Amino acid sequence: MDVFGHLALGFGVALTPINLVYALVGVLVGTLIGVLPGIGPVATIAMLLPTTYGLQPVSALIMLAGIYYGAQYGGSTTSILINMPGETSSAVTCLDGHQMALKGEAGAALAVAALGSFFAGCVATVMIAAFSPPLSAVALKFGPAEYCSLMVLGLIGAVVLAHGTLLKAIAMVVLGLLLGIVGTDVNSGMARFAFDIPELIDGIGVVAVAMGLFGFAEIVSNLESTEKRAIVAAKVKGLWLTGKQLRQAAPAVLRGTALGSVLGLLPGGGAMLASFAAYTVEKKVAKDPSRFGKGAIEGVAGPESANNAGAQTSFIPLLTLGIPENAVMALMVGAMTIHNIQPGPQVMTSNPSLFWGLVASMWVGNLMLVVLNLPMIGIWIKLLQVPYRLLYPAILLFCGIGVYSTNNASFDVVMTAIFGFLGVIFVKLECEPAPLLLGFVLGPLMEENLRRAMLLSRGDPTVFLTRPISLAMLIVAAGLLLLIILPNFRKTRAAAFQEET
Amino acid sequence: MAKIPRPKDFYAGLLFVGFGVLAIIIARNYPLGTAARMGPGYFPRLLGILLIVLGAALSLTALRGQGPPLPGWKWRPVSIVLLSVVAFGLVLTHAGLVLSTIGLIIVASTASREFRLRESVISGILLAALSVGVFVIGLKLQLPIWPGSG
Repeated sequence: MDVFGHLALGFGVALTPINLVYALVGVLVGTLIGVLPGIGPVATIAMLLPTTYGLQPVSALIMLAGIYYGAQYGGSTTSILINMPGETSSAVTCLDGHQMALKGEAGAALAVAALGSFFAGCVATVMIAAFSPPLSAVALKFGPAEYCSLMVLGLIGAVVLAHGTLLKAIAMVVLGLLLGIVGTDVNSGMARFAFDIPELIDGIGVVAVAMGLFGFAEIVSNLESTEKRAIVAAKVKGLWLTGKQLRQAAPAVLRGTALGSVLGLLPGGGAMLASFAAYTVEKKVAKDPSRFGKGAIEGVAGPESANNAGAQTSFIPLLTLGIPENAVMALMVGAMTIHNIQPGPQVMTSNPSLFWGLVASMWVGNLMLVVLNLPMIGIWIKLLQVPYRLLYPAILLFCGIGVYSTNNASFDVVMTAIFGFLGVIFVKLECEPAPLLLGFVLGPLMEENLRRAMLLSRGDPTVFLTRPISLAMLIVAAGLLLLIILPNFRKTRAAAFQEET
Repeated sequence: MAKIPRPKDFYAGLLFVGFGVLAIIIARNYPLGTAARMGPGYFPRLLGILLIVLGAALSLTALRGQGPPLPGWKWRPVSIVLLSVVAFGLVLTHAGLVLSTIGLIIVASTASREFRLRESVISGILLAALSVGVFVIGLKLQLPIWPGSG
């Protein structure tokens, strides 16, 4: 089947009434949490994951994916109207978006963000459809050694592109791997790190880890901060663009889409990285860079297109290789696993209606977002006026219900609280939780492939270096590490020189 | 003792070393196996050693340069937020969703400096109605609504 045949199959699945409803629920919830600062897609997906047990796998994935890209639309609204990022991936949109709002161009800023996102979403959907089959064909030829090296590359890449200290991020990955192998060892049947607690024999739940580290820790830090949220919503009028604005924004949308699509593919990439990179590029290519920060429409169009494109193309490594590249994708692994789907290249062949249904639903979801969002902006603004003191207990409640219903047991709630406590410590020590979550979901897979590779090579570790694909991936990983170490090295040296003089 | 230049990195490093040591101690009796036939103890020990090395390296690098001081630790929000949810999970089976929800909302709200009792009670009642509607009636989750109904 060609791309169009596949997409036709996908639309057949995505356009069934029940899946349309779940796509709508997903994008609406996504927009809602995107608009609200203080709760992100990771915590939300973790919260809703347990409620999808009863659904068809494809409906569950359609809804959860909708939350992620829906959040990209919602985040820009908050950035533009109240100069505060609803999502981290919309942080740069504040710079010019809010300035536009102050100049009375809020309508144009919102329109360009939504239309740019829609265009990017369409392109990214086609990219997923075009690139996934060849990539998964390659991945099907991978042996355990290649898989192991691929995971190393994925994890290193995720760490390099994350901000913060490199050593810390790598250590977080390793800690994640360690937490991931808690439970019964598949080869020997031995329970590891379970302390004779029956619930731990099945391993730690991904929901508990994600919700604790991302949801609870975030609430606690918000409560500690003394910053007051000033809500000064700018007036919105005329949700449309003038001809001049359109001409200025169109090339930025194209550049943002291209950049976002590529960055979404990289480990550690996705929406956030894409939007920051796109803003930098727009500023570089602009004839008059001084306009930026004062309400340049390109500064909204580029990043907003890029974050949506990146959010969607980050599904490609997950769906074709089975390797999640950011925290949201790590949760999607969890979602697929609870529905007994092992993410990886075989999904496309063994479960084509799920794969193509999900891809097609992204386009459908984007269309819903652009149609619904602009008229609904008034409602979102009202929601923004709900004070945090009313909001966070409600978030806690939904977290509590979500975790409890994972197994209908109090144990998971206690586990989440433990990870919440750990998460608060990580915030204090500036340790990013995303690498830990990636390591966590990859832990068992990595151990399994390492064992198999070493078994096949009769215990010879050079197998990772003698197989060309594996070697190439390790070289790229090492190159990435060097890339980040070198500038650091130079900076440290520069600082040392300064002290001497 | 002299001040540590980058305390955040330093203590993060110690934390990782601690986790690594803990992992190795707990895994000490898991069969190691050989490189070709790894036992259940091989990978955990490998990761434990890696964590110790990375953590130690991090702590050592933190002895140079400059960094922000450790932020303060406020027990009030941490304990109220986490314990209110734990309590919710523990009483849910017995007290039912409605009472547990109202309890959780009121207790959790006290973590904020802007706590207002009246407001939390109203919000708790509304959210209890909402969660019964969405989770029990809508999503059909197996949750008891009232005490004794589970």
